[in-house]
Amino acid sequence: MGDDQEVIYVSTGRPKPPIPYNMRDMVLPGDAACPGCPIPMAWKVLSAVFGEKMILVIPACCSSVVVGTYPFHSLKTSIIHVPFASAAAVASGTAEALERRGILDVQVVAWAGDGGTADIGMASLSGAAERNNNILYIMYDNEAYMNTGIQRSSSTPLGAWTTTTPIKGKIEPKKDVAKIMIAHGVSYVATASIGYPHDFYNKLQKAKGIRGFKFIHLHAPCPIGWRFDPRYTVRIAKLAVETGLWILYEYHDGKLTISSPSRAYMDPSKRKPIEEYIKLQGRFRNITEELLSEIKRQMDANWEWIKKHM
Amino acid sequence: MGMKKALTGNYAVSYAVKLARPDVIAAYPITPQTSIVEKLSEMIENGELDSVMIRVESEHSALAACFGAAVAGARVFTATSSQGLLYMHEVVHWASRARIPMVMAIVSRTINAPWNIWPDHSDFMDQRDAGWVMSYAMDNQEALDLVLQAFKISEDPSVYLPVMVGLEGFILGHTTMPVDIPDESMVREWLGPRRQGYIIDGSTPLAVGGLTMPEDTEYIFYGIQEAMNEAKKVIKEVTNEYNKLFGRKYSGLIECFHCSDAKYITISIGAWSGDLMEAVEKLRSEGYPIGSIRIRYYRPFPMEDIWEVIRSSKGVLVYDRSISFGSYGPIFTDLAGGLLTYTRNPPYVSNIVAGIAGVNVTAEDFYKLTKEFIDEVEKNGQPPGFKWVMIRR
Amino acid sequence: MSIRVTPPKTGQPPLTRPDIGVAGKTGFWRTTKPIVDQSKCTRCYQCEIFCPVNVIRVEPETGVKIDYDYCKGCGVCADVCPVNAISMVEEVK
Repeated sequence: MGDDQEVIYVSTGRPKPPIPYNMRDMVLPGDAACPGCPIPMAWKVLSAVFGEKMILVIPACCSSVVVGTYPFHSLKTSIIHVPFASAAAVASGTAEALERRGILDVQVVAWAGDGGTADIGMASLSGAAERNNNILYIMYDNEAYMNTGIQRSSSTPLGAWTTTTPIKGKIEPKKDVAKIMIAHGVSYVATASIGYPHDFYNKLQKAKGIRGFKFIHLHAPCPIGWRFDPRYTVRIAKLAVETGLWILYEYHDGKLTISSPSRAYMDPSKRKPIEEYIKLQGRFRNITEELLSEIKRQMDANWEWIKKHM
Repeated sequence: MGMKKALTGNYAVSYAVKLARPDVIAAYPITPQTSIVEKLSEMIENGELDSVMIRVESEHSALAACFGAAVAGARVFTATSSQGLLYMHEVVHWASRARIPMVMAIVSRTINAPWNIWPDHSDFMDQRDAGWVMSYAMDNQEALDLVLQAFKISEDPSVYLPVMVGLEGFILGHTTMPVDIPDESMVREWLGPRRQGYIIDGSTPLAVGGLTMPEDTEYIFYGIQEAMNEAKKVIKEVTNEYNKLFGRKYSGLIECFHCSDAKYITISIGAWSGDLMEAVEKLRSEGYPIGSIRIRYYRPFPMEDIWEVIRSSKGVLVYDRSISFGSYGPIFTDLAGGLLTYTRNPPYVSNIVAGIAGVNVTAEDFYKLTKEFIDEVEKNGQPPGFKWVMIRR
Repeated sequence: MSIRVTPPKTGQPPLTRPDIGVAGKTGFWRTTKPIVDQSKCTRCYQCEIFCPVNVIRVEPETGVKIDYDYCKGCGVCADVCPVNAISMVEEVK
C-alpha cells in the first residue's frame, strides 16, 4: 500500500487528485462494450486503486464478453474467466494459493454481475463470505441478465420491463444483496455507484487495506437494458442517489456509516422526486401508479432501516 | 524407507495425498468419500500435512476453488462421488479445457434417484468425455499408487490435463488392506515441485478462458486430444519409473492376466476384476483357453494395447459395471468402436452389464457367465451381443 | 514453494493477452461525434473520468484531447461536462 502518487500542480496551486492519472493505463480503448457502458467506467476506478496488482475473476456476464475475443483482452491486468455460479469459489481458491505463495500485494477481485451474484452465484457467495476468504467481491448491478438479452434477475427493480417480464413488469421487489452480506457479518460491505467515482475510489482504497471478505454492491445503469440514450448513463446513476432510491453507505467493524454523497438525502425533502429518475428510462414506461407508490414505500422503509442501524 | 500400514481405500488415498504435498485442498463431504476429507483435515490440523483446507459449501465450489488455486500456482486435490461429481460436472470440463493440472479421487457410488450409496462405475464413467486422464484402482495399494502417479502425469508438459483416480466406495473405500506407503523423501525427489503450463498470479497480465471464435476453439480442443495421445507414453514412463523406485509391478495402461496363450479374453475395470481373475484361474484349470485384461487407465482409452492382445482371439467378453441408458456399457462401446478402426474382421465381442447400483457380483458369478459365453461361441452359437444380468441370490 | 512454469508441449491453453482495439477500431461504431470547445473547458476532468472507452485525455495546458479512432460516440462526456464545452455532432460518413 501507499504507492507514491505523482502530484501535479496547476495554475490554481492545488494538487491534482490521484485519479484520473492512475486511471489511464489499464482500461484499453476498443473493447466490445456497448456505447455508454458503465462497466469500463468502473474498471477505470478499480485500476486507479489496484493497477496490475489484481486478478479479476469474471463469471459469465457482460464483462466476460466486453474484454474481447481470443487471443487478446482489453484490460492490462489478469483475468480468470470462470463458470457462471463459481466466481466467489474460484476467487477463494486463488486467494488461498497466493497467500500460500507469500504473494500478499495482489488482490483477488471477483467481478460479477447481479445474475452471477444474487441468483446463480448466491451459494458460492455465501460460502466465501462465511469463510471470510480474502477476496474483494464487486457485484456490478445493471439490474437484469444483460449479457443474454435483458432478462429479469432478482436484482431487477419493481415494475421494470425485461424480456421475461415484458407486459406486467417485475412484480417482486429488488433483492438487497448488501444487506445479506451484512447479515453474514463480513469484514466490509459497501454500496457504490458509477456516478460517484471518488466515493467508489475511497471505498476501494478502504477495502484494499482489509484482509478478509469485502463486498461492494455497485450500481451500474445499462443504456441498452434500461432503455435510455447512452449519454445519460452517469446522469441516471446520479439521479438514483439524488432521489434516495440508491443509498450509498459502508458497513465496517459492526458500524453502518452513510457515505457523504447520500448524507443530504437522509432528509426526504432534499430528495429529487423519483419520477425524474423513472421517466428517463424506457423500462419504466408502463409502470402503474400502484407500483410507483410501492417503490416509494419501499424506499422509505429502506431509509428507516439505514437510520435504525447507523 | 516406506512403511506398511493397514489402511482402508479412502485412507490410502489420504496418505498418497499427504505424500504429494498439495498446497490447497478444497472438498465437500459425500458418502462414501467422507473419510478421505476427514483424514486429510486431521493430518492438516495435527501438522502432518502442510496444506490449506478450504471447507467449501458445495462440490461445484470445491472443484472451482481447486481450479482457482491451481491457476495461481498451487498443487491441489479434491475427492468426491456420485451426486457431488455430477454437481461439479461443468467445472470438470472447465478444468481440462483450460489445461490445468490437478488430481481428483472418485470414490465410486451409483447415481441417484433413488437414494443409493452403493458402488458401481456410473459416476466415474459419466465423466469420460470431459478430457481428464482417468484411471481406476483394483485394490487399496493401487489406489495409493495411482493417486501419487496422477500428480506426476498431470503435471507433465506433454499432458497438462487433470487426472481422476477411481476406486469403489465401500468395497475398497471402507475395506482395510495392507498398504505399503512409499518413503516421503523419495517421493519428494521423484515428484518434484509443481509444474504447469501458465500461471496467473499478478506477475504479468494474462487471462484464461475468454471468448474464442470457433476455429481457434477447435484448435484448442484438438490440443486436448493430442495431449491424450501423448499421455499414453507418459503414463507408461511414469508407471515404469514408479515400479523401479518403489518396488511395484504395474503394467502401464492395461494389466494382462494369462493373455499370452488365451483364445478368449475378458475385459473389466475396478475391484471386481480381482473376482474375475479368480474365475479365469478356475476356468483355466478346467482347460478353458481364457485370459483377462484389466483396464487401469480408461482415458486415454488403451485401444492399441488391447488390440495387440485380442487381435488373434476368438471371443472377447466385456464386463461393464455401468450402463449408458438406451445404449450399451461404456467400455464395450469404446472397445467395439475402436476395434472397427483396426479391422473389418473383429473377433466375437459381447457385453455383459452387471453389478449395477451396488449389486454384489462374486467370482462364482463371473465363472458361470464367462463359461456360458465361451461354450456358446465354441459351438458356433451366437451369444447375445449385449446382456444386462441382474444377479440375485 | 517453487513452481516450474513450462509451456505445454501439446496444444495450447485458451490464454489471452492485453491489447488495444480488441473489437477493432470502434470509432466506426459512432453516429455522433463529440466536439470540444477548448475555450470553455475548465480542466475539471469529468469527461476523462467518465469516458467508458478511456479515449479522453485532459492536459492542463492543452485541454481535452479525444482519440477518435476508438470513440464510440456515446455522449457521456457531453452530458457530464458542467460547462457544456462538448457537443455531440451528427457524423455523416
